[in-house]
Amino acid sequence: MPAVSKGDGMRGLAVFISDIRNCKSKEAEIKRINKELANIRSKFKGDKALDGYSKKKYVCKLLFIFLLGHDIDFGHMEAVNLLSSNKYTEKQIGYLFISVLVNSNSELIRLINNAIKNDLSSRNPTFMCLALHCIANVGSREMAEAFASEIPRILVAGDTMDSVKQSAALCLLRLYKTSPDLVLMGEWTSRVVHLLNDQHMGVVTAAISLITCLSQKNPDEFKTCVSLAVSRLSRIVSSASTDLQDYTYYFVPAPWLSCKLLRLLQCYPPPEDGAVKGRLVECLETILNKAQEPPKSKKVQHSNAKNAILFEAISLIIHYDSEPNLLVRACNQLGQFLQHRETNLRYLALESMCTLASSEFSHEAVKTHIETVINALKTERDVSVRQRAADLLYAMCDRSNAKQIVAEMLSYLETADYSIREEMVLKVAILAEKYAVDYSWYVDTILNLIRIAGDYVSEEVWYRVIQIVINRDDVQGYAAKTVFEALQAPACHENMVKVGGYILGEFGNLIAGDPRSSPLVQFNLLHSKFHLCSVPTRALLLSAYIKFINLFPETKATIQEVLRCDSQIRNSDVELQQRAVEYLKLSSIASTDVLATVLEEMPPFPERESSILAKLKKKKGPGAVSVTELEDNKREGGELNGGGERGPDTSAMAASNASTPSPSADLLGIRSAVPVGAAPASAGSLLVDVFSEAGPAAVSAAVNDDGFLSSAPPSEDPAAPLPEADELLNKFVCKNNGVLFENQLLQIGIKSEYRQNLGRMYLFYGNKTSVQFASFTTTVSCPGELQSHILSESQSVCAQVDPPGGLHNHTQVDRSQVH
Amino acid sequence: MMRFLLLFSRQGKLRLQKWFTPMTEREKKKIIRDMTSMVLSRQPRSCNFLHWKDLKIIYKRYASLYFCLAIENQENELLALEVIHRYVELLDKYFGNVCELDIIFNFEKAYFILDEFLMGGEIQETSKQMINRSIEASDMLQEDDSSEWYEVELFG
Repeated sequence: MPAVSKGDGMRGLAVFISDIRNCKSKEAEIKRINKELANIRSKFKGDKALDGYSKKKYVCKLLFIFLLGHDIDFGHMEAVNLLSSNKYTEKQIGYLFISVLVNSNSELIRLINNAIKNDLSSRNPTFMCLALHCIANVGSREMAEAFASEIPRILVAGDTMDSVKQSAALCLLRLYKTSPDLVLMGEWTSRVVHLLNDQHMGVVTAAISLITCLSQKNPDEFKTCVSLAVSRLSRIVSSASTDLQDYTYYFVPAPWLSCKLLRLLQCYPPPEDGAVKGRLVECLETILNKAQEPPKSKKVQHSNAKNAILFEAISLIIHYDSEPNLLVRACNQLGQFLQHRETNLRYLALESMCTLASSEFSHEAVKTHIETVINALKTERDVSVRQRAADLLYAMCDRSNAKQIVAEMLSYLETADYSIREEMVLKVAILAEKYAVDYSWYVDTILNLIRIAGDYVSEEVWYRVIQIVINRDDVQGYAAKTVFEALQAPACHENMVKVGGYILGEFGNLIAGDPRSSPLVQFNLLHSKFHLCSVPTRALLLSAYIKFINLFPETKATIQEVLRCDSQIRNSDVELQQRAVEYLKLSSIASTDVLATVLEEMPPFPERESSILAKLKKKKGPGAVSVTELEDNKREGGELNGGGERGPDTSAMAASNASTPSPSADLLGIRSAVPVGAAPASAGSLLVDVFSEAGPAAVSAAVNDDGFLSSAPPSEDPAAPLPEADELLNKFVCKNNGVLFENQLLQIGIKSEYRQNLGRMYLFYGNKTSVQFASFTTTVSCPGELQSHILSESQSVCAQVDPPGGLHNHTQVDRSQVH
Repeated sequence: MMRFLLLFSRQGKLRLQKWFTPMTEREKKKIIRDMTSMVLSRQPRSCNFLHWKDLKIIYKRYASLYFCLAIENQENELLALEVIHRYVELLDKYFGNVCELDIIFNFEKAYFILDEFLMGGEIQETSKQMINRSIEASDMLQEDDSSEWYEVELFG
């Protein structure tokens, strides 16, 4: 075909393009381009004014060079000059240039806006369209400011030509999307809705895009469009193929318009007016019926157009979710498509069914296709189709088919594309947990996940399985056994070692009776993996080792030997070194009781929303969306942890990022409810609430962070200090605040702050009796050597100390250290 | 709404790029790279739809050119395929048995035809006749136009 066909040939341009194509190398190309750029530059700067044709040619060349991928930093002025030409082609090229090479130079913007304004008011429809196009292509804020009020006027004016109306509608849409605040609703809005009834189908098509967008933001203002849309749609759907003339596309009447009407209807709930609703349902049924009829043409365009309308109608049916009959029909239609020859249709059917699966009316109908979907998962050659099948399986999963689906997904995972593995892992984990009746199946599934796709098993997944095993007594032995067996595989994933280490550390005793899994065997198994693991895993294993020492005293010597060796206690990683040293010491000096308490079995985790679900929601894709709906619609009792007899709070704490309890933090029970000392924690009350700013809440029942003890059993001698007094004192090695002394009569609390060589202590006295102390005095003294080292000043206390309920009393002591 | 339309050859050379939302040059270059590598690596008998970030990518090969259209998630894929087809039909009608060379040497015409058909990421006109008529009309304007070029006041 001739390279230069119609209208102005711009021969020079064609020659230039040929030259570029004939360049043998990238360097030659760049050389030729630079030569041309220099030429154009000189022409633009030159003395004699260029005629329109030449200007157009050079601007076009610059455009070509830019589109090849090179930067252009001049020519904008000349392009803007072209805008003011009366010749259509020159204007056209000028507009094209500035739409493609958008410039933010304010002077140029002003000139461009002026040119556009001239063209808009020129009454020449072709020029007006060019200007509107430019605004729609660029859509900058400055343009919006200049033209946002003008365009609605053009749109609804009676004398505007149809083609201009179309352009105006879409131009306004673009401005509305980029600068919604500048497009104000006005009297034009009601007239825009009436464009739906326009004679010219093109105008309707353009207007409907605008109306759809506006309806989404202002549904009430545009709700009259619903009935108009329904009547338009039913006219189109029931028309013969010759009625719409050129708007029939391969024997399908106005497919684009039909789809847009259906999409507009999806912005609103089902129509309340009975007549309108009836008409709409009739329409939808007609569309569904037509799908069953033999095709009027063999061409793929015909079937694409017809099916496009069908899929959009199905989306509308799903959106309404209120006509069971239609939903079931839609589901059956999609079921037919699942086995269609064309890959595109199978893909779309799988995708649509995902949304259908979450509707209660059609969920059962969707489940009937499970075999087809599983087959698709196994046999489809296109990976995106396989992925849709996996998403659908996930969406249609419920208690009745969970085991089957999880098994299929696991086997798919073995050969799945790497890019989708992580999502698949999350989904399998969620399904396994949600539908587990028998938790040993759950444990098996997760361990299988780790075995098959260990790299893609994120932390949330294996934390979850541990949480569940800890919370459920009945599965702990099984978990220990299974993990033990899994670890014996020659190459096992590090995540497996983590899970195994933790579980054996907690529950290894449940399988220690069997000689094949005796304590020493367990230890050796874990330790054999030790050197292959990363630092966090090794840290976890060290914790498991100290737990072993507690559980199995016979292993103590062996494990201590390991802890003692240089590679542990002199390990370059601080965490590992600290653990090794501390655990070694702990195992040496602690009595068996203390050890047993410190290393007591983990308490059950509080119920909380699975963080896996949160992680999946963050991932994009249609599968994730339907899961959300799935979760909202079918909350099966929210049994995330299966209840569990030991759960302390059953209130589900919605945690967006579940704070993961790291094994070592809780090991020593610093924050747990069980304090060191084995006495049951009574709700301690501090007579004098040392830490409240607003004075004492005298009989406050809250346990504050430090777990003060009080209300000791009555002792013989009221003046004798409570047995825990010594322990109270020892606390102050690491703390500045707390109860210093307590007996039956009096409680003394201390609050101190230190800065470099200065210190300040507040001593608080609480009266535990019911009578007032009178003539209460205090002295502060520095015994012995300290006197020479510390200077102290004290303020005296007032002589009365009232019983609880009265004012508290305090004295302030300032200390400074003297060297 | 449509986000962008790219045409590239089997060797990955870009022949046409239309962007419906503002983007920096860097973003555009990255998208072009991603699209060409994704589409060119697809197997022959796969479906025409892909997911990429939060968009759907519809692609189809006509002779030596790949047409790659990105649409937002709620748009209809099959219709997007037909948008591509319609555009090819328009080009074909204009150039007569259009081939890649036509688009290379008359790139500005390809853009003009696209502008008659799509605007701001939406379809403007779906009747082939109407579009052809307006393209022909503007061609007539080129040939007819004999008025002198003169400088018009740009200010005011």
